[in-house]
Amino acid sequence: MNVVVARFPGSNCDHDCEWAFGTILGVPTRGVWHTEGALPPETDLVVLPGGFSYGDYLRCGAIAARSPLMGAVRAFAARGGAVLGICNGFQILCEAGLLPGALIRNEDMHFHCMDVDVAVTAEPGGLLRGLERSAPLRMPIAHLHGCYTASEDVLNMLQTTCRLPLRYGGHNPNGSARNVAGVLGEGGNVLGLMPHPERAVERALGSEDGRSLLETVLRNARSAS
Amino acid sequence: MRLRITIHPRRDVLDPEGRAVESALHGLGHRDVSGVRVGRIVELELPDGVAIDEAEARATAMCDALLANPVIETYHIEACPNTDGDARGCPPRSS
Repeated sequence: MNVVVARFPGSNCDHDCEWAFGTILGVPTRGVWHTEGALPPETDLVVLPGGFSYGDYLRCGAIAARSPLMGAVRAFAARGGAVLGICNGFQILCEAGLLPGALIRNEDMHFHCMDVDVAVTAEPGGLLRGLERSAPLRMPIAHLHGCYTASEDVLNMLQTTCRLPLRYGGHNPNGSARNVAGVLGEGGNVLGLMPHPERAVERALGSEDGRSLLETVLRNARSAS
Repeated sequence: MRLRITIHPRRDVLDPEGRAVESALHGLGHRDVSGVRVGRIVELELPDGVAIDEAEARATAMCDALLANPVIETYHIEACPNTDGDARGCPPRSS
């Protein structure tokens, strides 16, 4: 089992992700620079971390989505490889066409940095298969562009195919359509979410709820590879 | 050949920035203002020998590949054969 954390100019959660997967979960984890045109051959899970890749120029994630590394990630995902995008990583996945829809500026124009409750839908699939939903997951968000938007047709399709597994419970911090906090790709092997599970993996951080989510992703990535 | 590409949020997509600007304009007394949309302009140059049709086709390809996101944005392309600006209002070449 090997985790690769992508690094783009302006990524700032890459070390947090390496800490969560490498130190807390004990999985071999390494960072890979955006100029690389190939992933290490033993890669089982690619993590696109949060941050402000390329300074959020043009649109959040737009330039990172066209980087050499993302060409390799796209091919990896097409083979069924597991890809997890967190915050800016979610924006990159949408810009790369690996997830439908787009993330636009928060409805109230404010950058929000707070803990939120994320509800898990019944029997989530794909990378979240087996994630228990006994209580909402308490995880931090920290973003200005987290308002998920897509056409009504796309939203209906995502809902009927169980690809909206994570919703803001109670307060919707950014105006996302249908309270969407996370989206699964068509094959279930690509997941994007705005909350930061890697910042909620130890009691010292105020919540360990993100740990169960990351463990679930790892378990499903392992069975897919 | 100078090109000016104007990119706007789609009409059916929420534009919080446009809404905030509209609210500020109302606050300045322009209470009859409505429909404010905030977009972006990208200017670029192609070699002078490139024909207008080809330039516009290439700009379209650039928009579809990178400059605009069709999920949330629309775009408009203006080609300016005279790089010093022309009657169509394209800006002069920046120094």
